[in-house]
Amino acid sequence: MPKTRNENKADLLNEHLRAEIDDWLRRFPDDRRESAVLGALRAVQHEHGYLSTELMDAVAAYIDMPEIAVYEVASFYSMYELKPVGRHTIAVCTNISCMLRGSDRIVEHIENRLGIRTGESTPDGKFYLKREEECLAACCGAPMMQVDHVYHEHLTPERVDEILDRLE
Amino acid sequence: MSEDLVNIEIDGVPLRARKGAMLIEVADEAGLRIPRFCYHRKLSVAANCRMCLVEVEKAPKPLPACATPVMDGMKAYTHSPRALAAQKGTMEFLLINHPLDCPICDQGGECELQDVAMGYGESVSRYSEAKRVVKDKDIGPLIATEMTRCIHCTRCVRFGEEIAGIRELGATGRGEFMQIGTFIEKSLTSEMSGNVIDLCPVGALTAKPSRYTARPWELIQHPSVAPHDSIGSNIFLHTREGRVMRAVPRDNESVNETWISDRDRFSYTGLYAPDRLAGPMVKENGKWIDTDWETALTRAVDGLRGTAPAEIGALLSPHATLEELYLAQKFLRAMGVLNLDHRLRQGDFSHADADPLFPYLGLSIEALEKLDAALLVGSNVRKEQPIAHHRLRKAALAGGAVMAINTRDYGFAFPMAGQVIVDPQAMLRHLAGVAAAALRAAGAQAPAALAGVLSEAETGDVEQAMAGALRDAGSAAILMGSQASAHPQASLIRALCAVIAEHTGAIPGYLPEAANSAGAWLAGAVPHRGPAGAPLESPGLDAAAMLEKPRQAYVLLGVEPHLDCADGPRARAALEAAGFVVALSAFASNALKDVADVLLPVATFAETSGTFVNAEGRWQSFKGVAPPPGDARPGWKVVRVLGTMAGLPGFDYVSSEQVRDELKARFGEDMAFHNRVSLEGEAFDLPPRITGLQRAGGVAIHGLDPLVRRAEPLQATADGRQAGAYICEAQARALDLTGTGRVLVRQGGHTAHLDLVIDNSVAMGCVWIPAGMAQTASLGPPHGAVELQKL
Repeated sequence: MPKTRNENKADLLNEHLRAEIDDWLRRFPDDRRESAVLGALRAVQHEHGYLSTELMDAVAAYIDMPEIAVYEVASFYSMYELKPVGRHTIAVCTNISCMLRGSDRIVEHIENRLGIRTGESTPDGKFYLKREEECLAACCGAPMMQVDHVYHEHLTPERVDEILDRLE
Repeated sequence: MSEDLVNIEIDGVPLRARKGAMLIEVADEAGLRIPRFCYHRKLSVAANCRMCLVEVEKAPKPLPACATPVMDGMKAYTHSPRALAAQKGTMEFLLINHPLDCPICDQGGECELQDVAMGYGESVSRYSEAKRVVKDKDIGPLIATEMTRCIHCTRCVRFGEEIAGIRELGATGRGEFMQIGTFIEKSLTSEMSGNVIDLCPVGALTAKPSRYTARPWELIQHPSVAPHDSIGSNIFLHTREGRVMRAVPRDNESVNETWISDRDRFSYTGLYAPDRLAGPMVKENGKWIDTDWETALTRAVDGLRGTAPAEIGALLSPHATLEELYLAQKFLRAMGVLNLDHRLRQGDFSHADADPLFPYLGLSIEALEKLDAALLVGSNVRKEQPIAHHRLRKAALAGGAVMAINTRDYGFAFPMAGQVIVDPQAMLRHLAGVAAAALRAAGAQAPAALAGVLSEAETGDVEQAMAGALRDAGSAAILMGSQASAHPQASLIRALCAVIAEHTGAIPGYLPEAANSAGAWLAGAVPHRGPAGAPLESPGLDAAAMLEKPRQAYVLLGVEPHLDCADGPRARAALEAAGFVVALSAFASNALKDVADVLLPVATFAETSGTFVNAEGRWQSFKGVAPPPGDARPGWKVVRVLGTMAGLPGFDYVSSEQVRDELKARFGEDMAFHNRVSLEGEAFDLPPRITGLQRAGGVAIHGLDPLVRRAEPLQATADGRQAGAYICEAQARALDLTGTGRVLVRQGGHTAHLDLVIDNSVAMGCVWIPAGMAQTASLGPPHGAVELQKL
C-alpha cells in the first residue's frame, strides 16, 4: 500500500459527535473556535469512554487547532481520561468534610470489595475507582461519592454495596 | 513623537521610554541588566518564570519587569533589598526541581540558569527532598532533550506558535506534573526547529549533533555567512582546535533577525564527510593517484590547453564565493573559453537579453514583512528560504494577502489569500490569467509578444482576485521562486510576471535558489554577460547547451553534476564522454571520480575568505575560520595559481578582498538596479501540451548543494527522507495505483524505483518528485512527461 499523507483524522467522529461539537462551536465566535475544545472532548469521552490520541487528533482536526493544544487541555483536567477505564466511574470525595466523616473508610471498603486500588479499573472492565476527587460541594451529605454522573450522600459501607450492586 | 514618550527612572537613572514599553525592554536598552528566563524580545510575554521581579515605587509587591508597562514618573529598582529578596526567592524555587549537576550538562558554561544562579543563588541548597524527574523524549535527529532540566519558561512553545508557525511542543499535565514536550512520540518538522536550542535558557534542549563534543569555553567564535539559501543568514561558527564544532545565529535585524534555518545550523556536519578531498589527485590509466599541487595544476592547465577553447565547457556552482566565480570566469575567458555558466538548474535560457543584472528580490528582506500583497510563483519559500517565509508570515498575519501559483500546496505556516495548485504547464495558463485580469482592469492592450499566450489564458475568480489584491495593495510583490526558474518556460513566466507587475504596481522579484546566485551573475559567471553585467562580443553556451552539445573538456567548480544539474543523466553522459574533466571540489564522491581526470581540493565556505551576495543584493564578506583539511586550498587561490601557471596576466592577487574590490570597482558609484523586463523581441508561445502525467517538484531542501547532502543529521530528518513519487488520491485512483507502495518512474528513457506517496497537496496531472537526491538522480530534468508503473 502506498504511504498516505492525507487521512482525514476527523473521520473518527460520528454524526452524533459532530452535531454535539457543532453545537459547542456555535456558542463561540468564529475566531475563537478553540473554546469549543472542552465541550468537544467531554462529548467524545462520553461516547468512547476515554480520549485516545487518535480521538484527540480527530477533535483537533475538526476544530482546526494544533493537536498539541488539544493534548494540553486533555492532560490538564482530571475529568478527562487518557487511558481506557472501567464502564462505571466511582469518585469518592476525600476532602476535609468527607474525610472528617470517614471517607477513608469508604475508599478502603471499595478497594477491598473490587480488589483494586484508587486509579485502577477492575479486570472485567466494569468499575473504575478514580484516584483523586476534590470537593464536589456536597459537604452537608458527607461522606459522598459520585458514580458516573450521580451524587450519593451519607455513605456507609452498606450503602456503597447497595449502590454498586445495582449497577449493570 | 515626544508625546509618546514617558519619563521613568530605573535604579536612579532617568530614562525616556516609549509609552506601553515593558520595564525590561527599557532597562535592556539602557544596559541595566535584569535577570530573566521566560522573557525574550522576539516572543510574546509569558511572565511565568518570575525571575525578573523588581521593586516599583508605590507598588505593594515586586512586579515582573517583563509584564509591567512603563508609566510616567515610574521609579523602579532592580537591585534594592526587596527586589533582590524576590529574585533570590524565585531562584531558590527554580532550583528546587533543577538538577545541580552542571559539570555533566552540555549547556554548562553557556547556561542562563547557571549564570543567574551564580548571581542570585545560594551556595548551598536548603532543599533535601526528592526532585522531580521527567523522562526524555526523542524529538528527532537535531535536538537532544533532557527534560528534567526544564524550568517551564515556555520559550520553545511560544517559538513554535509565534515564529515557526507550527505548534509542535506544548506544556501537558498540570502543576507538579506539567511537562514540556510533544506528548506523543514525534519528531519536530519545522525547518527552523533548531532555534529552540538557543532559546532554551537551560540544558533541556541542546543540539544533538554537537552535544558533548566541546565545552563553550573551549570554542572560538567567528562571524560567518550561511552558504545555502539566497538569504545569507548571518551565523557564528564555533571552532575548537581548528575544527568547526557548530553553527549558531548571529543577530542581524535586516537579514535573519536572530533566527537561522536548520539547514544553516546543522550543515556544518557535512564539512568532514568521509569523501572530503584532502589532496590533489590525478587519474592515470583509470586509477586515481594522490599527487602534489604542481603536478595536478600542470595537468589541469595542459589538459585545457590541449583542447580547443570552444570545446571546453565550465559548470560553476552558485554556492561558490563571488571571488571564486569572478576569478574562474576571468581565467576561463582569458583562456578563450566562453562556455561557462552557474545556472545549472535553470530550465529555459531563451530571451536572454531580458535577463536582469542579477535575480534581485526587488525589495529588501526586511520589507517582505511589510507587504500588503505577495504572489509567489513556483516557490516553496518555506523550505527554500525559511527566513523569507518567516518574513512573509509576519506580513500575512498582519493582514497581507499572500498568494501562490504552484504545483503543490506546500503548506505555508500562515493563511493564504488564494492559491492555484496546478500542473507545471497549466501554471502558465493560470499565470497568464492573472496577467489578463491585470491588463483588463488597467484597460491596457496585451503586449504583442504575449498576445498568443494571453489568448489561451485561464482567468477564473481566483486569478481575478489575485490581480485585484496586487493592484489594491499599498505595497505588493510578485516573487518568482526557484521552480519558476527551473521551469522549461521560465522566460515566459518572467514575461507574464512583468506584465502583471506593470499593470498592478507590484514589484517583480526573484527568490533565487542558492547562496550566491546573485553574486554569480554579478561576477559574470553567465555565458552572455561579463562581470558587472558587461556586454560580451559573442556569448558562449549556457549550462544546458554545453551538455546537450557535449564538449570535449569540462571544468567543474564545486559541482556534483549528477545532482546539481537540471538533467543529471545528461550531465553525467556528457562528462563521461569528455576527454578531459578537471574538478575543483571540496568533496570527491564516486560519481565525480568516475567522470573527472584531475581533482583539485578546495576549501568550503568555512575555510576560505569570500563574499556571498544575497537576493536583496547585500554583499556579505566573511573569513575562513578553520584550516581546510590536508592540502586543500581556498578556491580563489587555486584559480589564481591556475591563471599564473597558464601564463595569463592579472592573476597576482594577494587577498580575496583585492579580488572582490576589483569586481566592485567595475560597478562604479551607481549600484542601482531594477527588475524591469523588456518584452521586445521574439513572441512567446505555450509549449505543446503534455497529455499524460507531468513531473513537478523542486530541489529537496537538504539536497541543495554538496555540503548539505553530506550533513547526516539533516538527512535523517523527515525533509531529508522525502524521496518519493507524490501524487494526489484522485490521480492514484485514475492510474489504479492505490494498492502499491513502490512505483517504477519512467522519464525520457530513464527510470527510478520510488516510494509512492498519496498526498492531496499535489496538483492533479503531475507527479511531484524532489530533485537533488540520490534516489531520484537517475531521472531527467525536473519537468516533462513521466509515467508511473506499479511495482
